[in-house]
Amino acid sequence: MELLSGADMIARFLKDEGVEYIYGYPGGAALHIYDALFRQDDVKHILVRHEQAATHAADGYARASGKPGVVLVTSGPGATNAVTGIATAYMDSIPMVVLCGQVMSHLIGDDAFQETDIVGVTRPIVKHSFSIRHPSEIPEVLKKAFYLASTGRPGPVVVDIPKDMTAPTERYEYVYPKKVKLRSYNPVTRGHTGQIKKAVELMLKAKRPVFYTGGGVVTGCASEGLTDLVKKLGFPITTTLMGIGAYPQSDKQCLGWLGMHGSYESNMAMHHADLIIAIGARFDDRVTNNTSKFCPTAKIIHVDVDPSSVSKTVRADVPIVGPAGSVIDEMISLVQGRTVENAGALTEWWEKIDGWRGEREGKLYEPSKTGEALKPQEVVEAVCRVTRGEAFVTTDVGQHQMFAAQYYKFDKPNRLITSGGLGTMGFGFPAAMGVKMSYPDDDVVCITGEGSFQMMMQELSTCKQYGVGVKIVNLNNQSLGMVRQWQDLNYKSRHAHSYMESLPDFHMLIEAYGFTAITVTTKEELAPALERAFADKHELVFLDIKVDPFEHVYPMQVPLGAMRDMLLSKTERT
Amino acid sequence: MRHIISILLENEPGALSRVVGLFSQRNYNIETLNVAPTEDPSLSRLTVTTIGDDRVIEQITKHLNKLIDVVKLVDLTEGNHIERELMLVKVKALGAARDEVKRTVDIFRAQIVDVTPSLYTVQITGDAAKLDAFLQAMAPVGILEVARTGVSGIARGDKVLSL
Ligand SMILES: Cc1ncc(C[n+]2csc(CCOP(=O)(O)OP(=O)(O)O)c2C)c(N)n1
Ligand SMILES: [Mg+2]
Repeated sequence: MELLSGADMIARFLKDEGVEYIYGYPGGAALHIYDALFRQDDVKHILVRHEQAATHAADGYARASGKPGVVLVTSGPGATNAVTGIATAYMDSIPMVVLCGQVMSHLIGDDAFQETDIVGVTRPIVKHSFSIRHPSEIPEVLKKAFYLASTGRPGPVVVDIPKDMTAPTERYEYVYPKKVKLRSYNPVTRGHTGQIKKAVELMLKAKRPVFYTGGGVVTGCASEGLTDLVKKLGFPITTTLMGIGAYPQSDKQCLGWLGMHGSYESNMAMHHADLIIAIGARFDDRVTNNTSKFCPTAKIIHVDVDPSSVSKTVRADVPIVGPAGSVIDEMISLVQGRTVENAGALTEWWEKIDGWRGEREGKLYEPSKTGEALKPQEVVEAVCRVTRGEAFVTTDVGQHQMFAAQYYKFDKPNRLITSGGLGTMGFGFPAAMGVKMSYPDDDVVCITGEGSFQMMMQELSTCKQYGVGVKIVNLNNQSLGMVRQWQDLNYKSRHAHSYMESLPDFHMLIEAYGFTAITVTTKEELAPALERAFADKHELVFLDIKVDPFEHVYPMQVPLGAMRDMLLSKTERT
Repeated sequence: MRHIISILLENEPGALSRVVGLFSQRNYNIETLNVAPTEDPSLSRLTVTTIGDDRVIEQITKHLNKLIDVVKLVDLTEGNHIERELMLVKVKALGAARDEVKRTVDIFRAQIVDVTPSLYTVQITGDAAKLDAFLQAMAPVGILEVARTGVSGIARGDKVLSL
């Protein structure tokens, strides 16, 4: 029997759980835990420069590796700084365990120094939370936290740890709990067979079907099965922003992604479909536009592991509660040996879709001419070329995020790492650090904007400390571009506070941290700059690329309209 | 429509706030709320009455079920059930009204549980509609204070909400 202090139990548990990295920042209430981490080498602690970055880094790590991200922060301001990152992970269903120091038990409720009711603060943005009430419960509570975070519909779990729970003087028996049971938590492991059969019959009879798949396929590791099913049926597929890469975008059955800034053909196909097969997607308002005008002629099959996602905003005709992977596998076996009943109609459907594709071909944006400012879209295309479409791309939030998602072509899941649900500026750079740690030998690019980057740029120091060789592509339009676009469209171009005045000299800033920066202002400079930047996978390089500040993101769905109601450029609309 | 949802909840600190928080966070409404321990010390029973169309009620029960602290729940209004609420009311009881109040109390099968020269304290149980009707009947006399427990309920027949 082994006797350990609460703090040592935490360090030991993390090792036994197979945790590689923990992202954190110390402070009074967490110091016993920090001391325990100091006395071991198994779990590597990454010292960030702001607790929000710890959560985003853990989040990026989790998205890329599929394993839960782990964060350690102190009480009060440490914990509240983590809140944005917890909410970001919650909205995108990312597995994360956040360990928060807390003031000593006997002080709780007294407004003690650095006391915040972090369980209360985070209640609406966590999958669950725990407060440790006795050191001996630490192993079991942590096991429950990891189990909850990573199973079913994943999400962040907060564990509040009063300082006296980790006191070095008190020791208790430690056993790593291999299993836990929660009587009130039994995530479904498979869908209802009868419902799946019903869905498959509809699929085989459909005349104008579309697959609409989301992040659930990515987190559910179901993209191989999905690809197989979609190919077998020969149906078109569109994904959400979160689902990008679950089906190879270079394949011709893929229409790109859908929704507010989704592709013209995706939104048109959705609107005209007679059957929508939604898997691991949640009919978010950025996808559906006005739900009362959403896909007027379609029957809807909705597969989701979370029952509360089904029929939440759009009623499903065939609801299936189950994990994407097993439901898809069951669908594949039911489809096996059968053919679609309306092959002719499907051919016509494809003709229609190819027509929509053709309408927009070569008209997506106007590339810059010599002497003109670079277009952000062409920069993203160049980044895609230089990385052969194989990089991990993280983004911040704004126009650059949409351009990254539109013009980088992803053939694999987990490659586009973006804050889809919460839309958190500041996410991209720390997330890239987390990704790079799980894939040190891959290209990891953060496509950002000068507004977003300034929200988390202190992390350059973290990259310095740990030699994190991410590439930062700053699409510098000298403005809060997405805000400005809305102001152009809705406020007669009154640009209230969307101009980034007094931008730093990014070149000097990056050099101050000892990294290489390259400034690009012309088309001729772009390719060589990218070649140089991506020459060494282990070197952090910052590309400050001056792009056209007047560019807008299109297509753009018209507010309150149907899926098909879109602005296609500054002068065209559907 | 009005629904009565009964929940078996882990008897853990913070569990109640998760339930209540869910209602405010998702803009659902709570008409009444009643919580107390059960025969199993690890469980509390919570009963909430809420108003919403089928879609909203479906979402409410799904989201409640998603809470880790919610072990089991039932929408009692889906079947035959018994609904009860207890109310204590202080009413003015002076002069001629004193007898009138007594008569009304009898009609409603309520009980006078405390008396002063100027008021009665009345205890009454029943479904919410009965309690509302009693208050309406007492209004002309003068209601001084009302304390209601909120609705509690149980299914009729063999159906049992347990683990
Ligand atoms: C933390 C946070 N604050 C505010 C916003 C609102 N917002 C969305 S996009 C945007 C502008 C982003 O500017 P930049 O990073 O330069 O990207 P650009 O749109 O110019 O490409 C803002 C302010 C947000 N998404 N997140
Ligand atoms: Mg910008």
